[in-house]
Amino acid sequence: MELVLELRGLVKEFPGQRAVDGVSLSLARGGFYSLLGPSGCGKTTTLRMIGGFENPDAGEVVLAGNVVNGLKPYQRDVSTVFQSYALFPHLTALRNVEFGLRERGLKDCTARAMRALEMVRLADKRDRRPSELSGGEKQRVALARSLVLEPKLLLLDEPLAALDPKLRREMRAELKAMQRKTGITFLLVTHDQEEALSLSDYVAVMNKGRIEQFGTPEEVYLRPATKFVAGFLGTMNWFGKTGVRPESTRLSRTGEGLAAKVESSLFLGNCINVNVVLEDGSRVVAAMGLEHNNFHEGEAVWLHWLPSDELHFQ
Amino acid sequence: MKQRGLAVYAFCALAFLHLPLLILVAFSFNANRFTVWEGFSLRWYQAALSDPQLAAGLLNSLIIAGIAGVLSTIIGTLAAYGMWRRAAPVLSGTLYLSLVTPEIVTGVSLLALFQGVFRFLHLHLGLWTVIIAHVAFSIAYVTLVLSARLRGYDRSLEEAALDLGASPWHAFTRVTLPVLAPAIAAAGLLALVVSFDDYVITSLVAGVDSETLPMVIYAMARRGVSPVVNAVSALIVVGFSVIILISQRLQNQ
Amino acid sequence: MALFFLLPLVIVFACSLLTRGDYGGVEQPWTLESYLRILDPLYLAIFWRSLWIATVATALCSLLGFPLALFVARAGKRRNLYLQLVLLPFWTSFLVRTYAWLFILRDTGLVNTVLLRMHLIAGPLPLLYNDGAVLLGLVYNFLPFFVLPVYAALERLDPALAEAAADLGARPWPVLWRVIVPLSAPGIMAGAVLLFIPCLGAYLIPDLLGGGKTVMLGNLVQNQFTTARDWPFGSAASLVLMLLSALVLAGLVRSRVARELL
Repeated sequence: MELVLELRGLVKEFPGQRAVDGVSLSLARGGFYSLLGPSGCGKTTTLRMIGGFENPDAGEVVLAGNVVNGLKPYQRDVSTVFQSYALFPHLTALRNVEFGLRERGLKDCTARAMRALEMVRLADKRDRRPSELSGGEKQRVALARSLVLEPKLLLLDEPLAALDPKLRREMRAELKAMQRKTGITFLLVTHDQEEALSLSDYVAVMNKGRIEQFGTPEEVYLRPATKFVAGFLGTMNWFGKTGVRPESTRLSRTGEGLAAKVESSLFLGNCINVNVVLEDGSRVVAAMGLEHNNFHEGEAVWLHWLPSDELHFQ
Repeated sequence: MKQRGLAVYAFCALAFLHLPLLILVAFSFNANRFTVWEGFSLRWYQAALSDPQLAAGLLNSLIIAGIAGVLSTIIGTLAAYGMWRRAAPVLSGTLYLSLVTPEIVTGVSLLALFQGVFRFLHLHLGLWTVIIAHVAFSIAYVTLVLSARLRGYDRSLEEAALDLGASPWHAFTRVTLPVLAPAIAAAGLLALVVSFDDYVITSLVAGVDSETLPMVIYAMARRGVSPVVNAVSALIVVGFSVIILISQRLQNQ
Repeated sequence: MALFFLLPLVIVFACSLLTRGDYGGVEQPWTLESYLRILDPLYLAIFWRSLWIATVATALCSLLGFPLALFVARAGKRRNLYLQLVLLPFWTSFLVRTYAWLFILRDTGLVNTVLLRMHLIAGPLPLLYNDGAVLLGLVYNFLPFFVLPVYAALERLDPALAEAAADLGARPWPVLWRVIVPLSAPGIMAGAVLLFIPCLGAYLIPDLLGGGKTVMLGNLVQNQFTTARDWPFGSAASLVLMLLSALVLAGLVRSRVARELL
């Protein structure tokens, strides 16, 4: 398996804090990867070190077998889709996409840029300026501008964060399709677990400057390596050091299991979330099918779950 | 590499901006009358402070800058507030026009105005014409500073005051004015400096009895460089710097 | 304000259409003669000279000011400090700043004294009372007029834009030419106009640093109102000066860059 990117013990310190604290990661060619974590976990700083916008204090960035530490952004064969898109406001959509091609002194810049715009279905908006494009269109121009250079690695910094929820879901499908079509390796930075899980082949979950777990979406969700990963991905009900997902938590009126009292019952469309309070005062959620829409506030219930659904942590 | 080159350049540019004044201040302490350093001395300061012409000029300048500063601050504040309350294209147009009008044009047009009035009233150029002229050109600066401050001022503050039962006058004096107070003080200090500094307009509209400090300095400078002028200049540089720094502190509050 | 500013202008306009009085002042009849006199080659030369000097001063300030503005805009946390350093001399007395150059450049001034002492020159260099001295004075006094709007434009630029350009393969110079300069064009235009107008109407600098030799429009106007006592001609000249300034300003306001700026 050919490695596109390898990070070896990356460290970056800012005054007063260690933003990235020894990150190591290997990405194979052609995959869709995510760096997932809460804000301030160091994922964007990691991305900026790969792009060449920050220099690591320690460790190495290896791109296609070559150490690229110290190389400027324009000397690296990676491209970034910025969170703000960073489209040049004085240039049309077409000229934006052409920008990098011209910098490389290629001949058929315009034809290539047009093909890239066609790929993102914006050929008819080629002469619009960024201010005349919608959020989704800007995002697609930014994507085309980077993809047209056929980089070894495409970095995406929270590319969907600025879009409204409906558009975000549409763009998610488009991103995935684009990655499969071009075969370019994508590395997505996001704080949205749903986004990371649905798009990626592999997810690296980051916390406090370190990678807590690296694996497929199934692995990180179903077999979280640490308490942090378990809590950050989806909701988790905690019973001491044992965690149980809400969808594995069952309620009954049989009198068997942990005694609790119903606090509220929320209809979410695809399921019902029943919030209950245990005798020790701690709160637990049970996600149940729509047929369970009959729990009343204050009703006494009992909790149970299958031992195979339990997750144990140190 | 490129960043370092830029920093070196910027350092040189800042030196270009500051060195002439620093040199002037340094040589004001020179014991020698010529441009050769001989030793530290305060003799030129003593000479400056005991010069009756400079003293008279300073007194006139202080009177003019004081009165013109206060008047232009009041008028400028009201103008800025009025422009903020409702769009006044003629007023704001006049404001910008006056800011880009060459000083010399402002000066001669005010002179023409005064001479026109004198045809009907038997008056002469004097301190009061200088004060009117200074108010006229300082207003624009005051209005500009306050308009900038008002742009960031939340309209709903005044609306809340009205909603709570305050009259428009009380809403202005009890809410808006206190909020604006630092900016008004800053604008006032700026007007003071601008008025104190002016030579071009003043020299046109001043009478024989109303020579200001810049006019005295100008006359001395024309006659040839005198170390006394260096000393006065140094005092002005330091005084202005202090006032402007205070003004900017107030503006940033 | 209208009273203080527009009324005097109206009076000046009236003056410019009247005839010069015997003891200064103005009298009837109404005439366009003053405007026709401006077309005299002697005065036209002064107009051209003023336009030329203002243009050169603007060009020099643009070249010197842009990198300075760029440096301040990129100074991070210290940008306010540097901005203050740029503006502080601007706020100290205009007269004193011009006088400082008189002190440095005159025959027995600092530069000549130092050069003479080092025996690099035989006699004092004629540094003062020429176009060069006037240009120096204009650039020195009005540089902040240019730096401030350009800094404001650069500061508003999203830093990600320069990063994106580098990311797409542009080296530092292309980033500057293809992204930063075009995007700060409104600030550069505004700075150039803010600079050009006072340079065109400068009076004190050509008066002190140019001696009698470098006569600019401002000196012409002043001279007509004081020494020559030809008010109608002085009024006409000052209105033409004002018209030129207004035209430059109107050019800025009507251009596309201004709409982006305002």
